[in-house]
Amino acid sequence: MANWLDVLKQAEQRWSGKVHASFGTHPRECELDCSPPIVAELCGWLFSEMHYSFGTLIAEQRDSHWELRYVWYGEGDQGIIHVVVRQVLAEEIFGTLIGRVHAVDWNEREAEDLFGLIFKGHPRLGDFVLHNGRWDENVTPMRRCFDGCLPYIHTQMEKDWRPLLVLEAPGAFAMPIGPVYSGVAESALFLLETQGEDVVRAVPRLFYKYRAIEKIAEGRPLQDALLLSERCNGTSAFAHGMAFCQAAEAIEGLKVSTRAKILRVLLAELERFRHHVAAIREICESTGLAVATSQAAILEEELLSLCCAFTGHRYLFGLNAIGGLTRDLEGSACLEAIRVGRNILTRLENLQDALRYSSSFLDRIEDVGTVSQADAEEFGLVGPIARASGVSRDLRELQPYSGYEHFSFAVPCEQEGDGYARLRVLFSEAEEAFRIMEDAALQLPEGPIRIESVNDLGSGAALGWAEAPRGATFHWLRTKTDGSVARYRLATPSFMNWNGFHLAAENFAFQDFPIIMATFGLSVAENDR
Amino acid sequence: MSHWVLKGLKTGIKSTRYPEQEETRPGVSPGLPSPGSSFVQIADICPTGALLRENNHIAVDYGRCVHCFRCARTTDLPPLAWQSGYEWGFLSGETAGDAPTNLERRTFGRSLHVHLVDAGDCEACLSEITQLNNPYYNMHRLGFFVTPTPRSADVLLVVGPVTDHTRQPLQKAYDAMPTPKRVVAVGACALSGGVFGPSFIAGSGVGNVVPVDVLVPGCPPPPLAILHALLVAVDRKPSGLKTLSARFAEENVEAG
Repeated sequence: MANWLDVLKQAEQRWSGKVHASFGTHPRECELDCSPPIVAELCGWLFSEMHYSFGTLIAEQRDSHWELRYVWYGEGDQGIIHVVVRQVLAEEIFGTLIGRVHAVDWNEREAEDLFGLIFKGHPRLGDFVLHNGRWDENVTPMRRCFDGCLPYIHTQMEKDWRPLLVLEAPGAFAMPIGPVYSGVAESALFLLETQGEDVVRAVPRLFYKYRAIEKIAEGRPLQDALLLSERCNGTSAFAHGMAFCQAAEAIEGLKVSTRAKILRVLLAELERFRHHVAAIREICESTGLAVATSQAAILEEELLSLCCAFTGHRYLFGLNAIGGLTRDLEGSACLEAIRVGRNILTRLENLQDALRYSSSFLDRIEDVGTVSQADAEEFGLVGPIARASGVSRDLRELQPYSGYEHFSFAVPCEQEGDGYARLRVLFSEAEEAFRIMEDAALQLPEGPIRIESVNDLGSGAALGWAEAPRGATFHWLRTKTDGSVARYRLATPSFMNWNGFHLAAENFAFQDFPIIMATFGLSVAENDR
Repeated sequence: MSHWVLKGLKTGIKSTRYPEQEETRPGVSPGLPSPGSSFVQIADICPTGALLRENNHIAVDYGRCVHCFRCARTTDLPPLAWQSGYEWGFLSGETAGDAPTNLERRTFGRSLHVHLVDAGDCEACLSEITQLNNPYYNMHRLGFFVTPTPRSADVLLVVGPVTDHTRQPLQKAYDAMPTPKRVVAVGACALSGGVFGPSFIAGSGVGNVVPVDVLVPGCPPPPLAILHALLVAVDRKPSGLKTLSARFAEENVEAG
């Protein structure tokens, strides 16, 4: 693996005169400005030869130009590289990366739909975030001229959606599921094309829950935008809030105290622990294993009550603040939380043992919903799903934040890529999360809990990142001179992973579909934002 | 499979005794702000306008509170006291307080089927509704069941601010339900739009799309609050909050 300074040097030599590296305030971040014609080549080179992972695409409308920012991250020394392309506002056509980096697919479609930018050569632009049949083609809410606060008056009647079907065979049909379906499920539509027993093509239609967080955050004060970042997904609120705060702190140059950092680690791991127990419960539920579901649900509820008794909120809302945390957690309270957590972990291990010997359960998840390592890399999958397919990437380890470099922990990884591998990763990660919590509680130093921000530090931009329970999340924040939000980009793990969901769902029988959904454990809210 | 049976039996009974008895286990509810503080400046730090200045006192619009805890944890002013409790179901609508008709008594008096529509929530409210099926809350013991179809539903639970794309599915689900029916709006977003609405894409609550009978505030409301709202919806419990916007002057406005 090449050191990132070498990577930058090589890039500058290879495309001499067309690529310029510049450094920001963060010691491990760098910007590579490049001219529009070579961006695909440069990104393709980073991806396939330098083995960087694609983070996200950030589109921004600046005063006089468009700015596209492709975020790449590598291991340790490789740092985080922003590939930046600028074009004057009148120039709305960009080249697509899709031939070289497939992971960029949905990012480009989103930018096309919301900003009205064209990615020339992308095969699937069109109906995406704003549903066709409801919104006019020329509505581009993320542009500055669009007022996101006013209600939008639709000019057309709502029409039914006519999807493009590709399966041509005797007896072929498309089975729609959703947007309101099942007992307690999020709103999303799945179109399963089939000839009978097996799902040949699975097309999720998402963004029913699009709340335009990125748009409505604009103009709000930072601490109000923080409320939005927590509520992009309530079940991983702390991780998102933490990433947001890190971005805001980087802009304001705030040095968060060690105590606050370690407490953030503790709480983020508590959230991961709870999230994974909930995901395990869902997998048990999808296979109809009633006792195991109840056992996991008991643990989940105990963790939720623990969160509430420990921090005041069952989903850890309202704890993160720019500059630290809103409340201190006593060392004795932390130790009590660890004691309760250990008891829960023991019972979780018992549950895992019991599941391991339930052949009827294993039959339903083994060799079901398989995603190969090559596919996982190509589609840029993140989090436990990627790690179950042999892609051992975890931002806590690759690009440590909030003091994760001081913790030693394993990143569980499996090779099979099937439902059972994902379940095993969830169990191992839950255990690791608890070990990190334990470590954090033991090494908690004294110190202030929150550094008050000095107002009016002016405008700036920064990236915050975190490994949320479902995978890598990136929060890009640009502030105006009055300290309010100019642009907020919220890149979530579910947005990356839904793009690869069909890999698992296709070529499996209908009755496996709910199980594959459960083992993927994706959130629609986190994707739709 | 015998080890599962044994495991289940060994676990014993976990279910709460609510509604017969109050639930006292720690961590079942995050609480809500209490009205009454005379430091009216504290209203300025509320990001959603849930704290109102009223006659030199603070009143609370529970439907807007998103549990950001700013008023509880401020260091610049004396922090606002929070109340514990979870009986937050609030009867609203035109027929609130009317005696139920015979048909309503027959429909809602027996087992009750609940249909859920997610109109753009952040998944926290949805997760809390899922918890109603866990052994601690186990709403089946009260005769409540979740049904996947609106055709056989008596009660419609709605979460989220109603985004533009979920408006039509929500309307269709409501229309598909047989009468008599009840609608319960769950969480700050469903009540007032919460942190999301109103905007070009999200509304300011379920009430603008379908008539709502019971409101339950919270971000998210804890499972017991949702359970209470269901009991309120079928006249098995009285309304918990006398008014959603609690005034200091009124007596006994506190929940729980």
